[in-house]
Order: sequence, then C-alpha cells, then structure tokens
Amino acid sequence: MLRLPALPAARRLSIALPLLALPAAGMAETGDVTAYDLDNGMEVVVIEDHRAPVVAHMVYYKAGSADEVPGLSGVAHFLEHLMFKATDELESGEFSRTVAENGGTDNAFTSYDQTAYYQRVAADRLPLMMEMEADRMRNLQLTQEEVDTERQVILEERSQRTDSNPGALAGEQMRAAQFIASRYGTPIIGWRHEMEELSREDALDWYRTYYSPNDAVLIVAGDVTPEAVLDLAQEYYGPIAAEPDLPERVRPQEPPQRAERRLTYEDERVARPYLIRSYLAPERDSGAQEEAAALTYLAQILGGSSFTSVLSEDLTFESDIALFAGAGYGGISLDPTTFSLYVTPAEGVSLQEAEDAMDASLRRFLEEGVDETQLERIRTQVQASEIYADDDAFGRARSYGAALTSGLTVEDVEAWPEVLGAVTAEDIMEAARSVLNRDQSVTMCVVADREEDLQ
Amino acid sequence: MIRTIIRPAACALALKGSTALPAAAQEGVESAIDIQEVTSPGGIEAWLVEEHSLPFTALEIRFDGGAVLDPEGKEGATNLMMGLLEEGSGDMDARAFQTTREGLAAQFGFDAGTDTVSVSAQVLTENRGEAMDLLRQALIDPAFNETAVERVRAQVQAGIQADAVNPQRISGRTWFEEAYPGHPIGRPLSGTEESVASLSRADLHAAHEAAMVRDRIHVGAVGDITPEALGTLLDDLLGDLPQEGPALPEAADYALDGGTTVVDFPSPQSVALFGQPGIARDDDDFFAAYVLNHILGGGGFESRLMDEVREKRGLTYGISTFLSDTEYSELWLGSVASGNATIAEALEVTKAEWADIAENGVTEEELDQAKTYITGEYPLRFDGNGQIASILVGLQMIDLPPSYVLDRNSYIEAVTLEDVNRVAAELLDPEALHTVVVGQPEGLEGADHEAADLPSVLPEPPAAAPETGASQTTE
Repeated sequence: MLRLPALPAARRLSIALPLLALPAAGMAETGDVTAYDLDNGMEVVVIEDHRAPVVAHMVYYKAGSADEVPGLSGVAHFLEHLMFKATDELESGEFSRTVAENGGTDNAFTSYDQTAYYQRVAADRLPLMMEMEADRMRNLQLTQEEVDTERQVILEERSQRTDSNPGALAGEQMRAAQFIASRYGTPIIGWRHEMEELSREDALDWYRTYYSPNDAVLIVAGDVTPEAVLDLAQEYYGPIAAEPDLPERVRPQEPPQRAERRLTYEDERVARPYLIRSYLAPERDSGAQEEAAALTYLAQILGGSSFTSVLSEDLTFESDIALFAGAGYGGISLDPTTFSLYVTPAEGVSLQEAEDAMDASLRRFLEEGVDETQLERIRTQVQASEIYADDDAFGRARSYGAALTSGLTVEDVEAWPEVLGAVTAEDIMEAARSVLNRDQSVTMCVVADREEDLQ
Repeated sequence: MIRTIIRPAACALALKGSTALPAAAQEGVESAIDIQEVTSPGGIEAWLVEEHSLPFTALEIRFDGGAVLDPEGKEGATNLMMGLLEEGSGDMDARAFQTTREGLAAQFGFDAGTDTVSVSAQVLTENRGEAMDLLRQALIDPAFNETAVERVRAQVQAGIQADAVNPQRISGRTWFEEAYPGHPIGRPLSGTEESVASLSRADLHAAHEAAMVRDRIHVGAVGDITPEALGTLLDDLLGDLPQEGPALPEAADYALDGGTTVVDFPSPQSVALFGQPGIARDDDDFFAAYVLNHILGGGGFESRLMDEVREKRGLTYGISTFLSDTEYSELWLGSVASGNATIAEALEVTKAEWADIAENGVTEEELDQAKTYITGEYPLRFDGNGQIASILVGLQMIDLPPSYVLDRNSYIEAVTLEDVNRVAAELLDPEALHTVVVGQPEGLEGADHEAADLPSVLPEPPAAAPETGASQTTE
C-alpha cells in the first residue's frame, strides 16, 4: 500500500531555537532544539545534548486510548504490545533483540492521547533504530497465535497494575464518573471484558488507521546534530507515503457538568481511607496556554508542597486534620482535563470532617487570595526546574513528544516558560474561581469498610 | 538519494552482522566523564566530575550503616530520623526550613536503607553557599521537635499499614524474615507499629549520631563546581559530624531451604518472590554470574524467563531475576506475578529454566548477545548529573576505584563460556529455590500455607526497588 515516494525535501520550520533564557541562572549550553517537517507530514524534533555519546530515539503517534471507539477499549495499548512482533523484514521479537544486541534499551507506552516507541542507544546506532522503526510503521505481520498469547499478557498486565491495586481501581471509577462523553473516562489498558474480546483484526484496523508518517512525531535527543538527523529521517522515514485517509482527530466532548457527582469505593485492601476530588479543567491549547499556566501555579499554591502549600498549612500544620493533602494538575492534554485535590485524614478524623476542612481551606484561599511571597518562591522553583530539566535529555524528549501529540506545537513548548512567567496573582485567582466549582466536580471516598470509615 | 523501495531490514541485517561495538561502548564512559578524587582540607574524600555546562551541582552522600544499626525494639529509628531531617533544624521549624529551601530552589532528599542512609542534593550555582548552609543545619543540628516527630510518626505508621496490604511488600518481607531470622536485615526497615510508637526524641538523637559519622561517608559530586570549592564545601557541610559510630552487625546466616510459602491474600493475581544463595560482589566469578543472570532473567525482553513465561505462554506481564548483595547477604532473587490459576505453571516453567541452565549452560550466541548488551548499556547509565553522582557513590561503597568505570566493560568481555557454564552448574540450584507466593494461588504442590489473616505488621526487606524490596548489586 505504499506509493513510490518522491524525494523528500524537508521544510525547515525553525532552527536552533535558543533555550529559554533564565535571567537568574544564565544560559544552558546543553540543549538546542530544532524542528522540521518531512514532506510526508512527519514532524521531527531534535534536542542536542553532547555530554555523552548516546541518543534517545522516539516515535510518537497521535493516537491514544481516547481515540478508540466504544467497545474496543484497550486496543491502542494492545497494538503497542503487538508492535514488537514480526514485520516483513524482522521476525517476532527481533526488534528488541536487535536493540539489545546493539547495547540499547527499548520500550513503548500508551496514554490517552498518544502511543510512543523509544530506544536509548549509542549515538552511532541511530540509523539502525530508524530503519527498524520505519519498517514497523507500515510492515507489521501478526499471527493469530501471537495475538492470542499477547492478549493473555495484557490481561495479566491489567491484573498486576490495576486489579491488584485498590488505588488504581478507585481511580478508574473516578475517571468513569468524571468523563461521561470523553474517552478519558475509559482506562487506557481497557475494561477487562472488552480486552478479552480484542481480535487480531481490531488491532490491525487500529494500526492501518493511525500508523503513518503524517500521524507521527519523531524525537531524537542526545549526541546528534540536527543536520545529520534530518538526513537520516529523510532516508528512513521520508520514503513512507503519507496516509491519505488519516481521520481527523475529532473526539466526543464533555457536556457541561451541572451537578456534583459523588461516589464511594470500598475495597478491603485499602490501608487508610482517603478522599479525592477532581474538577473539570481546561488544558493547554496551542497559542492559548494562559489559563493552564495559571492552573499550574494554582496546583502548586494549593498542594505543591507538603509543608508550605495552602492545604498542607491548613490541614496538617494549623490543624491535625490530615496526614497528607495535595493538589494535582497536568495541562498537557488534547481535550479538557482535570484539576485534583486529595486528602488522607489523620487518625480519628472522619472523611467528612476532612472534606469539610478542605473546603473551608479553599474558601479561605478564595477570599484571601494569593500570598505574594509564596508566589515568588514558586516562580523561583519554576525557573530552576528548567535548569534541572536540562540535565535530562530523555525527559525533555518525552515532554516534547507529549506536547506535540496533544495539540501543541514546538513554539508552544518554547513559549511555556514565558507564559508561566507572566502569570499574575489575579490570573491565578480568576482560574481558581472558574475551576473550583463543586457543580463541576467528582468527589470519591476510598475506604476499606463502608460501615466503619463513613460514619 | 531516491530510494525506490523501502527495504529497511536489509540494511538492518547488514548492520546487525557487524561485530563492531557501539561507539559508546568502545569509548566506555571515558568521553563522558572524568572522575577526580578530591580530598578536602579536613580529610573528607570525594569523587568529582566537573560539568560546567549547567549552573547546578548534584551531590550524593551515603553513610554505611543504615537501619541495621537500629537497636532491638527500636526498629524504624533510623528511618524516622532520616524522615525528620527535612522537618526543622537549628532555630527553624519544618515550615521555616522548607520555605527557605523552596526560596533557593534547592532539592534535598533524605533516605534510609537497610545498610545505608543517603543524602541527595541538587543546588543552583548562584546560591550554593546558602543552600549548603541550610543542608548543613539539617545534617548537623536536626531539631526533632515534638510536633514534627508526631506528624512524621503518623505518616510512617500509615506507610507500615499500607505495606501490610501490598502483595509485593508482603512477599519481600516474608521472604527476608524467613531467610534471616533474628538478623537485622530480616527486620523491618520502617519498624513495626509498636516499635515506631515507642521511639522517643532521645532514640532519634541516638540514631542520628549512629547513622551519620565521618568514617563511614562516601561522596559523589557532579556539576558546576571545582575541586577546591568542593573541598571547602565538604568540610563545612560534614566536618562537624561525629568521627565514629557503633559497630556494624556480623554477616547473616541464610536459613532458607527450597520450598514454597503461601501467604493468603485476597487478590485475583498472585505475586511471587523466589530466591537462593547468590555470590559475593568481590568473588572472581561475580561477572560470570552477572552475565549468566542477564541471560536467565535479567535483560528486558531478551531473557530466557521472559521468553518462556511471557512471550511463549502469556503467563505474566513481567518476570525478572537479579543478584542482590549487601555487607550481610548474597542472594539470587527473582519475581513474577500471574493469575491465581496460572502462577503454579509460571513457577514450574521458571524452575525448569533454572534447572536447564544449571545442567546445560548457555550458548556462545547467548553469551555474545548478553555481552554486547551489557557493555553497550553501561554508558547509557551516565545520564545526568544526579545519576552520575549516584553511580560514583555506589562504586565507593563497594570499594572500587574510579578507574572501574573505564575498566568495567573489559571485565564483562573477559567472561568466557566456560566461566558462565561452570558458575551455572555450581551456583544455580532449582532445589534450593525458595518461593513466597502472596495471593490465592491454585495448584501449588507442597506449599506451606501461612495463616490467612495477615499479621498486621511484617518485616520489611532491604529497601530500594519497590517491586521486591531488595536492591540490585552494583556492577
């Protein structure tokens, strides 16, 4: 099904984007980022870090579990496992074996918005990695027997990671209650009864629909030059024809939530009862990351430090309500996401008392506003985190991969520190007033014993 | 160049056929790091890699000792003490300390292990002096004030309760308790609910004085700092610690025979930890055993156990084995999880592989593939300042010289097929494997069943890897 490729002339979008200048700490030498598109639509990002002669090679597909159709939950992840089987050129298992024989490590992961494959290897082995990754983008061969065995593996994976973990089971119920239209409400690994029915044809349908260069982002991070990576990308990925029938990424959107949802998850394996609340929240959108930036600060202010954030101050220092309290928000998401709070009550404190105290703390914050000295400290840490992040080329590769498959561009990623830097206390309060609305929330109690833990 | 047809694997095969090592393996880590041995004016020794391209420094400090120094009945003292170092010192309470740290964007970590305690720090160049003053205060003059002690004690107790219903944790604790009854490494690192409840401020001060002493220090530093600046920094930071600590325990006697212990636990899947005696880190055959382990169950998708148990039979999401050495123990351990109905088969296949490799050894091809991977993977570990600092300290702790990072791959290369197969025959003993299964396994013959209701507190194994609780030997 591949057409003969035309000579790919790469279109350079930008070159050597300078690292974000950090006035406080000076410039970092280790990380220049270059981006370009191949003619077949494949995006390429190169992150230079010449400190060690190694490289991370990653291919992200803009297809995750939230792109699945109802009834086939888990197929994105199932296919990810099956991608390590045979191709026209490689026998089953040969991909990983070849990586290992070249002194590299490889793996893959599936998320709501993307599926990614990566190898970490000596920089001079990059061509081989590209050849094999390009091969399996279009040439996968699956036998029925392998599909059947691998289905058992993913069911065991579900047993290990979800069914053996009451926190994971609770989280699954929580998301199912939070998202009633978006596929974010369905677990990435899938519901067991649907996973059991996933067929070879289901996996191959998924593969044929989404695995093509115009749905992929290549990230190469490490001891490479942008020019050399471009040449290699053109050589290995360039000849693969774009998929003309790639579906547009239009997914079911959440309706407005008008009523609070509450649930209780009971499991005898829960060691300590706890409470989680999530609110529907906007995500980072291309060219419009301001509200997400404000929410990023809000999460830090409310729960980013177990010593100095608002919830910790009120619930563990100024009172003895909680053992732990915190907040979470991740803005990289294709569709609207959640802002979360959690609290584990101290011994002798009921979940209801803990929830009331948490709400009182939020009310106090909404009335009193942001503490400017706390905000200053968080700004300092946000700036420093950019420096610490530059120490981890693989981590930077993953950040770009996640962003570029969640509706953001390289320019958005580059702009993010500036957007964060421009957030004001008033922006944060406005975002807080908008998001911290109980009518748009789900609250879950996780208990070992309903009778005992919920009086 | 126009390629009219895509034949990626043709090239791939050609490359795969080459015997050349990856450049990174050939160069070793030479091109990446240059280790300097630094002795401070006050006599503290450290290994340093200067890396001035980023304006921060990673510091990793470890002390031999750890939770094995907890007195009888005071189990968990070292762990609680380390948890309290970030909770106030000098005149600062927890919030004052953390507010200052956050304002400096310094990152501190304080951890207790079974045979070590560690302090990790990442500090910006622009405020390194202030950050180090703060860290010094935490290390030298912890406050252990009452409200902080009670708060962290409650958090530790919650962790102990969570471990008691975590199948991985239960398997590790049960295995180590049975393997080393009565020895400190068979005891719980975090203590029991009773022992933690009994700890006083005096106990914490005693644990502090025992754990952090100058003649048990190892230091790795990587980043934007010169040898001179590091020397001064170390004297300021660590110079006022006590010189010596209490004697360390004697080696532990291994008490397990082959067999299976089942701990009944309500879960759809059974978690198994299996193990047998291992090999000393300084044994001449260590590298042969290391390569052998890689082939047996150490290497990602490529190991025999992964192939037999997961790839061929779909019995698990993952199975792995590793060598685990401490000052007190030498073990060959592995873990697997499988459905209650299939765990018996998974363990049977595992034992058969154990027997096969002991009897028939490995092939030249397996050995070559393992060597290529192990030597090629080594430089990948030197990935970032914090990682490198950690590696440097790990080597010091087992008395290896800085040149080890350059020579290590030659030790792997020197391993012969005869070595591996001799070690397999001598060491691997399927009848010596003892397995702890946590779950509701079906069809396990001859297993000893433990009481269905879990003891509320079980001992914890040497900590590190979350899966089994035992840490992998540095090589």
